[in-house]
Amino acid sequence: MEPVLELKNLNKAFGGLRVTNDVSFTVMPGDITAIIGPNGAGKTTLFNQITGHLVPDAGSVFFRGEDVTGMAPQAIVAKGMGRAFQVTSIFPEETVLENVRMACLARRNEARRPFRNISTFKQATDDAYAILESIGLAQHAQRAAYELAHGDQKLLDIGIALGLQPSLLLLDEPTSGMSPDERQLTRDLIVRLWKEFNLTMVFIEHDMDTVFGIAQIVRVLHLGHLLAEGTPDEIRNNPEVITAYLGEEVQ
Amino acid sequence: MDLSFILVQLVSGLTMATLLFLVASGLTLIFGVGNVFNFAHGSFYMLGAYFAFQTVTALQINFWIGLVIASLGAGLLGMCAEFLFLRRIYGRAEEGGFQILLTYSFILVIDDIVKFVWGTEYKSLLRPAGLRGSVELGSITLPSFNVAIIVIGLLVVVVAWLILSRTRPGRIARATALDREMLSAMGVNVPLTMTLVFGIATALGGFAGALAAPLRTVTPGAGIEVIIDSLIVVVIGGMGNFWGAWFGALILGEVMAFAVAIVPEWASVVSYVVMVLTLIFKPEGLFAPRQTRTV
Amino acid sequence: MQEKKSYLSEAFLVALLVAFAVVPLLHPSSYQIMLASHILVWGLFAVAFNMLWGVTGMLSFGQALYFGVGAYAVGLMMKHLGQSWFLPGMAAGLVAAIVLAILVGLLIIRVSGVFFTVLTLAFGQLAWQICFRWYHFTGGDDGIQNLIPPGLLGNRFVYYYFTLVVVVVSIWLLLRLSQSPMGVLLRCVRQNPNRVPFLGLSVRYSQLRVYVISSLFSALAGSLAAGVDNSIHTDMLYWTTSGEVILMSVLGGIGQFFGPFIGAGAIIIIQDYVGAKTEYWSLIIGLVMMVMVLLLPRGVVGEAQALKLWLKSVRRSNGG
Repeated sequence: MEPVLELKNLNKAFGGLRVTNDVSFTVMPGDITAIIGPNGAGKTTLFNQITGHLVPDAGSVFFRGEDVTGMAPQAIVAKGMGRAFQVTSIFPEETVLENVRMACLARRNEARRPFRNISTFKQATDDAYAILESIGLAQHAQRAAYELAHGDQKLLDIGIALGLQPSLLLLDEPTSGMSPDERQLTRDLIVRLWKEFNLTMVFIEHDMDTVFGIAQIVRVLHLGHLLAEGTPDEIRNNPEVITAYLGEEVQ
Repeated sequence: MDLSFILVQLVSGLTMATLLFLVASGLTLIFGVGNVFNFAHGSFYMLGAYFAFQTVTALQINFWIGLVIASLGAGLLGMCAEFLFLRRIYGRAEEGGFQILLTYSFILVIDDIVKFVWGTEYKSLLRPAGLRGSVELGSITLPSFNVAIIVIGLLVVVVAWLILSRTRPGRIARATALDREMLSAMGVNVPLTMTLVFGIATALGGFAGALAAPLRTVTPGAGIEVIIDSLIVVVIGGMGNFWGAWFGALILGEVMAFAVAIVPEWASVVSYVVMVLTLIFKPEGLFAPRQTRTV
Repeated sequence: MQEKKSYLSEAFLVALLVAFAVVPLLHPSSYQIMLASHILVWGLFAVAFNMLWGVTGMLSFGQALYFGVGAYAVGLMMKHLGQSWFLPGMAAGLVAAIVLAILVGLLIIRVSGVFFTVLTLAFGQLAWQICFRWYHFTGGDDGIQNLIPPGLLGNRFVYYYFTLVVVVVSIWLLLRLSQSPMGVLLRCVRQNPNRVPFLGLSVRYSQLRVYVISSLFSALAGSLAAGVDNSIHTDMLYWTTSGEVILMSVLGGIGQFFGPFIGAGAIIIIQDYVGAKTEYWSLIIGLVMMVMVLLLPRGVVGEAQALKLWLKSVRRSNGG
């Protein structure tokens, strides 16, 4: 089986500060993995290099066997890499349906059609509704996105990413800003989506319940360097990791 | 084309560059500090010229006093405009667009007020006593007033540079992309600062207009070309770059001086050509560092 | 699927068509016909402009460039080649607009915000400068007069219906665009340009596309204007023309597709009432703009709609 994502010796420095220090790892299809690390460990910077928003100083990013290092972000997305955001990034004035439908249209290469009314694109519309059903926002389909509660907006953010039927879904702190109940719901949702849509996921998280609850492989980033990778149990018991980061957070 | 011709044009270009820089600096000051683009900046330039005309020609007051009065007048009017109107749209969604529209409406209103008060005929302003003649520098003869402008301009640049680099308000002004919330968090009285900075910026514009008035005729509608000239200066020099603006003004001023001498009919088009060429070959400006792609 | 397709916009367009078709029958004087023609032409110009601003968020202060190109293509071809070149002149204007829009667009769409706006202004003024000074070719400040379309189109009634059909079809095409996936994409570009690349789509490409389309229809409006006034003038390229179309859009409401058309109608009728370009017209539109920006930012149509929604919610909470 070919890896979905392969990082080889990624390096990046800003001025004198090395933010990504020789990072290499592989993500196989169907994996659901987490990247954790204290603030400033370089997690989001790493994501940005994977998605093409930052060009690494050295090393490569392989996506589905293709070298995408330094490619323009939208080109990489068009190849099947999706991303949901820590700070919710949706289209506020459009309806909930429209938000997801645009992604579905984009996947089918129909987003730039200039003449037919958008509601006549049946396949994309059906796909969008299916996603809304899965994430539990179907009843809000006709509401403007800005009217949704914060937690629902985060779900919508994920829904948009799903519309692209991504081969790889990157989630940037999916439970940030949520109450414990909401977090549990989101955890269940992520697992359900992972199974339902056959996704390969990598997510950044600070909430350890989420990380150890759903990730199969956990990778720890510390000062830009990949400190450890393994199953949740292995990581939980790794002395270096405990020293660097976890402290009393793990129970 | 002999040497003296070239030298005369070079100095003429310096004069133009000085005036361009004075105008452009006012515009970039308020944009850099307060994130406000004053589309009507050219109108304050024009008001400066008219105030100078009124005080010097009509009231026979000394030119240099008139210059100060004109600058203060433009500055005060600017502060009123900011306080009464511009302030109401801070923080709105799509603020940038509304700023342009509101300041655009200032242009329209000021244009007609000027027409109403002073009429549409060209007004002229005599050069100040003592600078009406010319000065000999070696083999070339230069108009004294033009030389004076260059000297004044240099003084202003030096003073501005000192203020910007040595004083606290100056350092705040220099930090780019500073937004109002951040200024407020730093303990700065934001509304007062905005009004003051706006006043200083429009005063600079008025100062440039008054200074330039003896060289050009004073007419309504001069505002827009001023904005475009300032834009071209910034395009050449790079946005947000103090010394870039200075070099941009220098380049544009020299190009314009030679163009006026060689192809007077098409001189104003030449400045646009410079802008287009810069946009094609080095869109980030001649003095900006080459950008690497970031988010 | 509960998504109901509303035919409100199409109905409005048909109503517009009928209303304007009836004008020459009720008011056969050439003055009224000219007034209605102006509303049609500027209505198209404003709707085309708003595809850039209201829809995509690109405030261009230089659409007069394309309006003028359309007008001057017609005027210059007729002046130098003869009266029968009216329609080819229109076609030439469209082609010229597309080419210019691509060239200018590629140069300036790299920047955004205020910088973009002032660059559009600069290019508009560049065109004006060239046209103004090239007296020998364009007639400069004198403009070009006696532009009477050939054959049947020379009759003012026929030309009026020609204008009406062209304008209504054009607006219909722009309406289709705004309701299509591309139209929604353009709105997304305005609302959240950062997310658009994460759909695998290019912000720049979308912006360039709408810039060309908007400019194309602006040029078409300009060509029609040449036949309405039977003359063209460098003022059509001057920045105040760009400003007027912006004012019309703001007055009507940039958030509604037909807002700018209504704004155009309002301005032209007000202009007519106040005595066509009074000496202090600048002051008047300046004050109108100030009022709109400070008090009614959503435009007349937008504020009316907001009021309607507010009344509905009040009724709902009172009525239960």
